[in-house]
Amino acid sequence: MSAPEAPRPAGAPETFDCRVAFAEELIALARADSRIVAVCNDSVGSSNLGAFQKEFPDRLVNVGIAEQNMVGVGAGLANAGLIPFVCAAAPFLTGRATEQIKADCAYSQYPVVLCGMSPGMAYGELGPTHHSIEDFAWMRAISELTVMAPADPQETRQAVRWAATAGKPVFMRVGRFKIPAVNRPGDSFLPGKIGTLREGSDVTLAAIGTMVSRALEAADLLAARGVSARVLNVSTLKPLDEETILRAARETGRIVTVEEAINVGGLGGAVAETVAQHHPVPMRILGVPGFAPTGDTQFLLDHFGLNAKGIVEAALALLGKGAH
Amino acid sequence: MTAPPHALNLVEAEASGPASYPAPLAAVAPPSFEKTGDPAALAEIARQVRIKIVRTIAQAGLGHVGGDLSVTDILTTLYFGVLNVDPATPAKPDRDRFILSKGHCAAAFYSVLSLRGFFDPAAVDTFMKPLAALNGHPNRRKIPGVEANTGPLGHGLPIGVGTAVGAAITGQDWRTFVVLGDGELQEGSNWEAAMAAGHRKLANLTIIVDRNRFQQGAGTEATNTLEPLADKFRAFGWEAIDVDGHDMTALLRVLAARGTDRPRAVIAKTYKGRGVSFMEDRVEWHHKVPSAEQVEIALKELSL
Repeated sequence: MSAPEAPRPAGAPETFDCRVAFAEELIALARADSRIVAVCNDSVGSSNLGAFQKEFPDRLVNVGIAEQNMVGVGAGLANAGLIPFVCAAAPFLTGRATEQIKADCAYSQYPVVLCGMSPGMAYGELGPTHHSIEDFAWMRAISELTVMAPADPQETRQAVRWAATAGKPVFMRVGRFKIPAVNRPGDSFLPGKIGTLREGSDVTLAAIGTMVSRALEAADLLAARGVSARVLNVSTLKPLDEETILRAARETGRIVTVEEAINVGGLGGAVAETVAQHHPVPMRILGVPGFAPTGDTQFLLDHFGLNAKGIVEAALALLGKGAH
Repeated sequence: MTAPPHALNLVEAEASGPASYPAPLAAVAPPSFEKTGDPAALAEIARQVRIKIVRTIAQAGLGHVGGDLSVTDILTTLYFGVLNVDPATPAKPDRDRFILSKGHCAAAFYSVLSLRGFFDPAAVDTFMKPLAALNGHPNRRKIPGVEANTGPLGHGLPIGVGTAVGAAITGQDWRTFVVLGDGELQEGSNWEAAMAAGHRKLANLTIIVDRNRFQQGAGTEATNTLEPLADKFRAFGWEAIDVDGHDMTALLRVLAARGTDRPRAVIAKTYKGRGVSFMEDRVEWHHKVPSAEQVEIALKELSL
């Protein structure tokens, strides 16, 4: 989909396509537990299920290009005692099958793991039909559905492993856009808890998924200007870890949220709902303002200020300092 | 890798669910009728089911009486003549799966489940009362014997394809039955599922279409043509069988038979409002509620 990548500049961190970690972990789980099955919509390639299909041909249910049926089939497989990972490009999984996710998975409480592949603006040049910027807002509005966006390969593995035994429906983003690792080996992943990646006292940068590494970068730039920024990795968007958000509001007094998603109803909305009701503080909500123009993912993220520079500017604005 | 992450729980509020949920109905009540292979006995049970439906709708002041009465003989035959289910262990792993895709016909479903012994028939009197377990559409988390929370149309068949594929993957021989309204076949999701079931040759899957020829506001053929319905299923790789949906002998024979190499679509010709003269085959009884006087007439007719 994207142009061949330029070689990594010296000193730049290695970056990862989280679908690789996802597939490896799913195969490891499937080897240990015969109940693990994968369901997809003709997306064996884009969901990176080729190796799974090769090893477990009878446990890969490809329903063809039919997302409503795909999610209903997932609920039925869960009814039959299996643990289905339902994989499809995030815009089609969440948009086409919203009612099946609501009624068949969440309201019926069937433990289906809904894997939104290539979310956000991963399909950059393909345009807004193929962008999944609405998924956070849509999925967050569904009661009793856990919503996750692991921030790097390590967290992706841990989220996959957790979701398989969670016994409840889970939606998770599985990123295609390459990102650096943000967690250290051995860091514990707490489902439902926000990870504090960096302590700070002047402002909080709360980020999710692809934006976490950029928030860390921004914190470095802010430190060079004498600003102490706390960085939160909100890998579970719902249920939101309100305690950590409110502690950040109390202790830093300002919050910038950053997400590769529409800037309504997602992470920014969730944090605002929490602080507005319990401890109001000034906020900036960074996200995608609307349907994107043409461009590759990196271009679009920069275009919308979803990078270290944009985060720094928002934080300085909250602090009443100019960017220059 | 760190400590096993699956040992951790999400925050309490999410795990316990909304506080507005009532306690689920207690499972198990003595069955009012035993399972039987006798069509005359099934017809008698169906008569009792119809009486219960009319009383339930009258008491609730809400419901879908027309479709309830058209699907009654199908549900009665399934639960009292065909399905391998056990009210004492509603979740036994080898049970047959039954999904009522036309979830709005919950009054008929609850009446049949309760008379079969899944819960106390007296509980059906709470149908649609505030905070009752018996919602206007079935909820598996509140009602023993319900497999899926249906209501929005076009959901039951995809779920049934999933249960049938699940049985095939795990090598189990229990069957899946899905009852659909005819009007809901206008939902595209059914045809996604029909295509997948045909492709996978799911011989363990049987659907019964309650073909009463009416949807909410008008006839199906006047709204969005379904015919030739049996041929449509055949074209999707199914075996399609037409049957009189009020003939217990025919229903018993057709539903007890298992498919051999493909899914089965039983097109059950029925009448909306069946069993009550002034409701029968009349579209306005889709969700009209009978007056006290009409209830009296209906119960008298059903008691003859």
